Amino acid sequence: MDSEDEMNYDEEEEDSQEEDSNDEDFVDIAMEPEPSTASDSRETEDFQYEVLTADKIVHVMVECIKEVNAVVQIPATITRILLNHFRWDKEKLMERYYDGDQDSLFSEAHVVSPYRKDPRQKRSTRGSTSASTSESMCEICCLVIPHTDMAGLECGHKFCFQCWTDYLTSKIINEGMGQTISCAAYGCDILVDDVTVMDLIKDAKVRLKYQHLITNSFVECNRLLRWCPAPDCGHVIKVKHYDVKPVRCTCGHTFCFACGENWHDPVKCIWLKRWIKKCDDDSETSNWIAANTKECPKCHVIIEKDGGCNHMVCKNQNCKADFCWVCLGPWEPHGSSWYNCNKFDEDEAKKARDSQEKSRCQLQRYLFYCNRYMNHMQSLKFENKLYQAVKLKMEEMQQHSMSWIEVQFLKVAVDVLCSCRQTLMYTYVFAFYLSKNNQSIIFEDNQKDLEHATEQLSEYLERDITSELLVDIKQKVQDKYRYCESRRKVLLDHVHEGYERDTWDYQDGL
Amino acid sequence: MTSMEKRLHKELQLLQKEPPHGVKIDVESIHRNLTEWIVDLEGAQESLYRGEKFQLLFKFGDRYPFDSPQVMFIGNNIPVHPHVYSNGHICLSILTDDWSPALSVTSVCLSIVSMLSSCTEKKRPPDNALYVKTCSKNPKKTRWFYHDDEV
Repeated sequence: MDSEDEMNYDEEEEDSQEEDSNDEDFVDIAMEPEPSTASDSRETEDFQYEVLTADKIVHVMVECIKEVNAVVQIPATITRILLNHFRWDKEKLMERYYDGDQDSLFSEAHVVSPYRKDPRQKRSTRGSTSASTSESMCEICCLVIPHTDMAGLECGHKFCFQCWTDYLTSKIINEGMGQTISCAAYGCDILVDDVTVMDLIKDAKVRLKYQHLITNSFVECNRLLRWCPAPDCGHVIKVKHYDVKPVRCTCGHTFCFACGENWHDPVKCIWLKRWIKKCDDDSETSNWIAANTKECPKCHVIIEKDGGCNHMVCKNQNCKADFCWVCLGPWEPHGSSWYNCNKFDEDEAKKARDSQEKSRCQLQRYLFYCNRYMNHMQSLKFENKLYQAVKLKMEEMQQHSMSWIEVQFLKVAVDVLCSCRQTLMYTYVFAFYLSKNNQSIIFEDNQKDLEHATEQLSEYLERDITSELLVDIKQKVQDKYRYCESRRKVLLDHVHEGYERDTWDYQDGL
Repeated sequence: MTSMEKRLHKELQLLQKEPPHGVKIDVESIHRNLTEWIVDLEGAQESLYRGEKFQLLFKFGDRYPFDSPQVMFIGNNIPVHPHVYSNGHICLSILTDDWSPALSVTSVCLSIVSMLSSCTEKKRPPDNALYVKTCSKNPKKTRWFYHDDEV
């Protein structure tokens, strides 16, 4: 486990440098009341969490088992299975344990009750017919094996060591099962505990995979834990209480604890999830089809008109309907007026046009928000290059009579620029699902303001930074980023206030 | 010899020694290709399939017996049964989800005979036409929903 962790750790360091250049040169020093650079101190202040390494997680898991065991006093292997059954909710387990039918609890969790006096002697029937009682046939390999070379769980089903090992290896490696492997006997649902697995499996690779699977299921089903979603980062964030808050992993990645996406204030997790799905799936393709094509009124094949007159002849060889593109009515009455349709609106045709108009409008709307969202996302990626440029400039300035401390404002400015971009990006997701009302107009004004200021800041940093007189632009840049940060706070506060007072209306069905 | 081959040889021996009623195997063809068995099956006496003869094809993968074999009906006579599709695919939980390495060719055959025996009306599954048109060649690729344990 150790070696792999170290490997991961190296990669993380590289990643974090790309992401936000957390170089030593950039250590923040609170020398004047600069806006905080940690994503949102307001939120992080009272939100406590810790970052755990893989080993630490195992430790937390063991502690949790111990804690329960101190009370219930049953074998730790059983406690682990019970805890897993209750998704590591200690209270729920205790409640069920002392409240009602323990036998049904054990059978529900697929373990044999440790209080059972006579363990089910469900020896393999074929095995027991074997003449000598010191050996029996393993039902998997069909070989006669001495009992000393056989193993089984509390359910009493015995198989030879080799078959157990092969069975468990197959389940772990090929099917990715950990805590949910059951006894190999047909129809037996008793779960294999971790100690048995570790006793039977000697291959280091399989043992490691098993430990990973167990740890993973521990993290995945525990509400207070979440894997850092950064590629190859093996850390876990552990919080005191579940909440929608930004957390920062030691690898440098900051994300939303509740959903695992990048920190996405002001938009809520569910809307972001819908947005990401919308961007990923091809619902927009069908929107395009609806907006730009019509169906042949006779055979309903989909037609895109790419020019020419309104007299359509369906190319479907079995249909060949003549119709008018504008009103979708039959062509016959149109005579020779190929380029315009002055036919009286029939209801059908009108409906078809209305629904197309609606699709077209929805598509336009989506593209509007999507473009702006993507634009900020793209810019955010470019800002990482800006860190490099700024770093060079800062070094240069230090050779020209400015002190290290005096040039730090540039780094802070890029930090602010990035957080503004990130906020702006998600404001477009928020706005996409928002219905118009008085508050939404204020929101859009705030958004416009912040966007304007952010672009100005970006411009200063990209263009003016190359000018020789850095001293001149210092004041300008500082004023601008302070303004940006205050506008960002105003915007976020306004949205949060709206959440609290329930003043936001959402558009459904998007 | 791999553990899969060892186990198949062992099963073959046991089957030859005491073949279950209504189950016949062509030992020679199996010796030619150990990973594909053709098993002759007879409908049970007191069932709707009395006197009918069927053929089952077993295909064993490298991970057998830890992974279930592919089992389907082949030949001219595919039993008309609510859990058997006209292409020979069988909807039976022990062939996928409920498989255990302690099961064997014999126990699979017996389960299938017993599945046939408990049938009260000869008919195809309701979704036969669609399934046969769209399914994979390998019945194990189908995500079966076992909703009915009665028949």
